[in-house]
Amino acid sequence: MKPFLKTTLAALFTAGLWSGSTSAQELLFWSKQAKPVEEAQAMRDKVLSGFEGDVDFQPNDSGPWLTRLQAETAAGSGKIAVLGALHGDFTTIADDLVDLSDIDLGDTAMNATFMALGMLGTDEQKYLPWMQATYVMAANKKALEHLPEGADVMALSYDQLIAWSKTMAEKTGSPKFGFPAGPKGLKHRFFQGYLYPSYTNSMVTKFASAEAETAWTVFKDLWAVTNPGSTGYSAMQEQLLSEEVWVAFDHTARLAGAFNERPDDFIAFPAPAGPTGRGFMPVVAGVAIPKTAPDMEGAKALVAYMTNPSTQIETLKATSFFPVVDVELPADMPPAVQTSGAAIAAMSGAADANPGLLPVGLGDLGGQFNQVYVDAFERIVLGGEDVRAVLDNQAEELRRIMNEANAPCWAPDAASEGPCPVE
Amino acid sequence: MNPRTLPYWLLAPALVFLCVFFLYPFSLVAWQAIATDEGVLTTQYLQRMASHWKFDRALTNTLLLTAAVVPIQLSLALLMATMVSKMNRGRDVVLYIWTIPLGISDLAAGLIWLAIFDQTGFLNSALFGLGMIEQPVTFLGYQNKTTIFVAVMLAEIWRATAIMLVILVAGIGLIPKEYNEAAEVFGAGRWKRFTKVTLPLLKPSLQTALVLRVILAFEVFAVVSALGGTNLPVLMGEVYDWQFKLQDSHIAASYALLILAISIAFTLLIMGLLRTPKGAQTT
Repeated sequence: MKPFLKTTLAALFTAGLWSGSTSAQELLFWSKQAKPVEEAQAMRDKVLSGFEGDVDFQPNDSGPWLTRLQAETAAGSGKIAVLGALHGDFTTIADDLVDLSDIDLGDTAMNATFMALGMLGTDEQKYLPWMQATYVMAANKKALEHLPEGADVMALSYDQLIAWSKTMAEKTGSPKFGFPAGPKGLKHRFFQGYLYPSYTNSMVTKFASAEAETAWTVFKDLWAVTNPGSTGYSAMQEQLLSEEVWVAFDHTARLAGAFNERPDDFIAFPAPAGPTGRGFMPVVAGVAIPKTAPDMEGAKALVAYMTNPSTQIETLKATSFFPVVDVELPADMPPAVQTSGAAIAAMSGAADANPGLLPVGLGDLGGQFNQVYVDAFERIVLGGEDVRAVLDNQAEELRRIMNEANAPCWAPDAASEGPCPVE
Repeated sequence: MNPRTLPYWLLAPALVFLCVFFLYPFSLVAWQAIATDEGVLTTQYLQRMASHWKFDRALTNTLLLTAAVVPIQLSLALLMATMVSKMNRGRDVVLYIWTIPLGISDLAAGLIWLAIFDQTGFLNSALFGLGMIEQPVTFLGYQNKTTIFVAVMLAEIWRATAIMLVILVAGIGLIPKEYNEAAEVFGAGRWKRFTKVTLPLLKPSLQTALVLRVILAFEVFAVVSALGGTNLPVLMGEVYDWQFKLQDSHIAASYALLILAISIAFTLLIMGLLRTPKGAQTT
């Protein structure tokens, strides 16, 4: 018995040493994206399994994500090899990122707009575009028969959307348009990237303009025929599946559940257009390398691997985030991808498309920036306060935030010297 | 050990603990409210707090809630304490049952009441089952701020009356029976004995109970957050939002300082109103 025990112990010991030594070579992929368990598992099993080295994919909430990165930067050494996050997350930590312009992307044709965004206003490539998503509209096919006469669902206007929602409310007895206005809903993105660009051709500068007043008045009309339960909605796929609502606006990742579960029942279509175009907000995620990365060679290889067309397609399947490189989408993609892919293409390719980017350069004032729009919504639409007075009051807050962050304008606002002005 | 210094030694650990984990962090918070990151004294954070559109609503809601909840809780606690002290059998069992909500966290309490008032909650199912409504009612929607207020009131009364009850039961137990008996001999009725004998002798306990309860009422947060979300702003909710959602600890600290100021003011007020004159103290 004794020799047996000895060998077992020895084997266990060596096994422990061995696994210890491999984990040291493992590349830590510290991600803020692909947090849901299924997405994280798909990232490990399908996306990263094709990479030559071992990758430890760890998705986290924004708090812990940033805290650990800051701790490693402050310490001057760390374990994180590759960072995955949204464009806005990288803007605050640009100084701690390695220049990636020497990475050879081979034949991959990367979206040029997104590459330029990845320089974060410096002359270095701070991050490489990784994947993109956006917000679209979704509808139950039952809703289509109530469309206003002559309206094309792939090119709606806000007035048509309101008329449509009104008809549905009258015909079915309850409001069938749903809006993610709950505490965890992404309502602020709708106001920033959809309503404002569509009515004011601006997100910040014309926040309190006469055009903005019109925009909020129009939204109040839409709200009048919106399901009042909307103040509790967060991911619209739930209400679409329960048929509590038939038509909804949300992030593609928050609609995917409905498209995948009942692909034949739902369609996706572009956001509506207003007087100054079809406002929409593209969301760009990137991969970057912190200056404290332990294995620079390995990290750069992993970053390059993430932009391979085949990796991009696997990433799309895993996370429902779309490629940022030119790829031919295979036919066997999940229904959500096919459905929203068509809507995204129609929206970004529309002649009147007017993209409004995610806020840039706000740092930790991002939360307060969003709150300006949320507060405007709560006061004007829910509280019934005077539109003019609320906009003037909220504009003061917005001006203070822009000045404090010293953030120049981003699209669709024209570039500014110094902080983006609020007129 | 010198018996004269012994009490100080015994108190020292608690004192050190309070200094390290309360006074020191608190001074940091207070400093954040009145000084910039560079250490320059300023009133800009207090001004920004006071001029924010939610400030008036949060302050009013908090004060209204306190004004609505505490008197009801006080009367209920007095009534329950008197009942319990008159019981000879089963006293402990009743007391234990009444104090169960005390053992539940305030967020859990909020969620329990959310399960009742929610659109798919017990109240809606019951009303529907009885045929009184045709489709679920949104009791806690943004359109029904009064209902939200009442729901928070109910949850707070249910949750936090027990803490006053416990203190008052102990206080009533301390009142010597002789006073009541003497009053009875002189022909005082029940109500008269309660108002002229029990209540005055209960002052010290009433003081403690009220101070504790009022301070807690100004800190109301989890119950409101569960039932009202952003529809019913309160001071403590603003502290949380500014600290974690809006990431501005200066404004959060300003709110925290304000809550402290209100708490101190009300504590002094209650202590002053319920002061027992030196000569009338029983012990």
